[in-house]
Amino acid sequence: MGTGLEWAWLLIALPLVSGAVLLIGGRRTDRWGHLLGVATPLASFAIGVYLFARMLGLPPEERHHDVSLFSWIPVGSFQVDVGLLLDPLAICFVLLITGVGSLIHIYSVGYMADDPDRRRFFGYLNLFVAAMLLLVLADNFLVLYVGWEGVGLASYLLIGFWYYKPSAAVAAKKAFIVNRVGDFGLSVAIMIMFTTFGTVSFGPIFDNVDAAGTGVVTAIGLLLLLGATGKSAQLPLQSWLLDAMEGPTPVSALIHAATMVTAGVYLVVRAGPIFEAAPQAQLAVAIVGAATALFGAIIGCGKDDIKKALAASTMSQIGYMHLAAGLGPAGYAFAIAHLLAHGFFKAGLFLGAGSVMHAMKDEVDMRRYGGLARVMPVTFVTFGFGYLAIVGFPGLSGYFTKDAIIEATFAFGGTAGTLLGAAALLGALLTAFYMSRVMFMTFFGDRRWADGVHPHESPRVMTWPMIALAVGSVAAGAVFTLGGRMVTFLESAVGAPEEHHAFNPFTPIGLATLAAMVLGAVIAWTSFGRRPVPSTAPKGSFVTVAARRDLYGDAVNESVFMRPGQWLTRTLVFFDNRGVDGLVNTLAAFVGGTSGRVRRLQTGFVRSYAMAMFVGAVAVVAALLLVRL
Amino acid sequence: MTPINLIVLSFVLFTIGAVGVLVRRNAIVMFMCVELMLNAANLAFVTFARMHGNLDGQIAAFFVMVVAAAEVVVGLAIIVSIFRTRRTASVDDANLLKY
Repeated sequence: MGTGLEWAWLLIALPLVSGAVLLIGGRRTDRWGHLLGVATPLASFAIGVYLFARMLGLPPEERHHDVSLFSWIPVGSFQVDVGLLLDPLAICFVLLITGVGSLIHIYSVGYMADDPDRRRFFGYLNLFVAAMLLLVLADNFLVLYVGWEGVGLASYLLIGFWYYKPSAAVAAKKAFIVNRVGDFGLSVAIMIMFTTFGTVSFGPIFDNVDAAGTGVVTAIGLLLLLGATGKSAQLPLQSWLLDAMEGPTPVSALIHAATMVTAGVYLVVRAGPIFEAAPQAQLAVAIVGAATALFGAIIGCGKDDIKKALAASTMSQIGYMHLAAGLGPAGYAFAIAHLLAHGFFKAGLFLGAGSVMHAMKDEVDMRRYGGLARVMPVTFVTFGFGYLAIVGFPGLSGYFTKDAIIEATFAFGGTAGTLLGAAALLGALLTAFYMSRVMFMTFFGDRRWADGVHPHESPRVMTWPMIALAVGSVAAGAVFTLGGRMVTFLESAVGAPEEHHAFNPFTPIGLATLAAMVLGAVIAWTSFGRRPVPSTAPKGSFVTVAARRDLYGDAVNESVFMRPGQWLTRTLVFFDNRGVDGLVNTLAAFVGGTSGRVRRLQTGFVRSYAMAMFVGAVAVVAALLLVRL
Repeated sequence: MTPINLIVLSFVLFTIGAVGVLVRRNAIVMFMCVELMLNAANLAFVTFARMHGNLDGQIAAFFVMVVAAAEVVVGLAIIVSIFRTRRTASVDDANLLKY
């Protein structure tokens, strides 16, 4: 075809091959492993930019390109081909994953410089990027599922990268298991899709959605939502995300900005036709999103650990994306725009947090920070831009994208729209509060450093990616949103909203969002900026205590699932030991005991044997005679 | 001589042999009693063959004789070797192979 798009497989192949080389090559690749690990995502990014440019050159209706690679499962009528689907939605993700991913790779060169296992780290990172690219480029659900599982595996390996720390090993296991619950939903959804539509490819399924019953489509939608909640750490499968902070900080940046948690949003947007045919499932997506947006924000307010505060904010921001994705075509473009903008500022915030931790000897307690603006100017400025972007400071990226989501939610109409919109607005206030709190506790106020800590600015290999991401945080929102660029670009992939709004900050809702942001920041300033922050956490109200404990997410999981599960297993073990095994053991004991007694018949006296034979022979003869007579 | 007498003789011989096997302890005597039973059986075979006027019983008798001859060889060898090691031919003493 000569469009150049058929080279898209290289996007996945490059990081996959380098990941394989690094992991199979072992110690031999230690010296140059990180260079290869950085080079391949960069090369993928270059290919992604090239493909993006080619795509922009095409008219919108031709931007949907299917690259068939090979036949995977040709079994009778069941045909699964491995193919890549290049459309505007996929290319957005490709650019985010490879672009932000590459910056995080570069940053990791510096961050992991002292770690003897840096090569292994890069191997896993490449694997992560490759799996995520496969996920977003797949043209059917089965290949998507492969990428989906690959992402889960890579996240497990990376969260547990410092596997010798018990907390990291447990966190990795928790992330994997919670994700399995979501994966179960996705796999059942795929099975239902196959039985209903006879195929797993996107195109035929989405074309025939109307032919299937509403009940079936709703079931598929809800199961897909379950899958999305697992990967995206939405309620009720949110508990793994905060523990996932046990991994190295670049991993957190990668999971939260470029890969992993965005997969759920991608799934919902990609499966848009299914959700549009099932309004209840769609509403469930929006409700889950809004609830998680609030849930994460409340947790973020109580955390003193800088990484956990940021993790809670990711949960909350991904909640916004799900909320937008649950609004249907009116919100898809805003969800993706917020996702991309979030990719920039959240990666920047995490890399900034990593830089601070690097300077503070891996201290994560913000109560031991303070006054770092002076000693770490670059980190302060880049983190500051990320902060302004996430709270929605006018002109920065979060302002455009989040405001668009809140506007679209209120425009959804009805009681649902008002309630969800109010939740989103409250979430914006809380976001401003907890992010300002992070800012004040880390960079302002008096120095509460532990003894022997001498903070210093990070090396250039770490600061340059942060600067690049800060530029993205500033510019992304305006680029995406102004003039409806994102909406127009994604139109051919996800459908157009019914009415096209030009961006206008002076609507009542826009002003209310702004007011919420200012109010949140002011409250944070009065409690953490104006007053000195105590080095040890005060007791706090019951809300604070609940937020510190992740709003009892783990406690709920334990009491609802773990304890009954343990009781169930104990009952089953008892039944197995006493019931099934008891029956078998009793039988065996009976046979053993009987034979123990019967063997006494073997006396060793030949004459008694002879007697037995004689009696037996007589008995046989007697029996024969009796029968004969 | 009517066949009934021969059958009665055969029965008497078999009974003597059987009782001998069951009550005597000397291996040699038990062995002879076994032979007595075999010969009683042979006698019965031959008698019935004569009564029915065919050779089936005769052939069976020859088979029994051949098997008995072979059995005598093996049995006597065992008895001799037991006697050599234990200095007794009593079957009640050779009772190690038991539970």
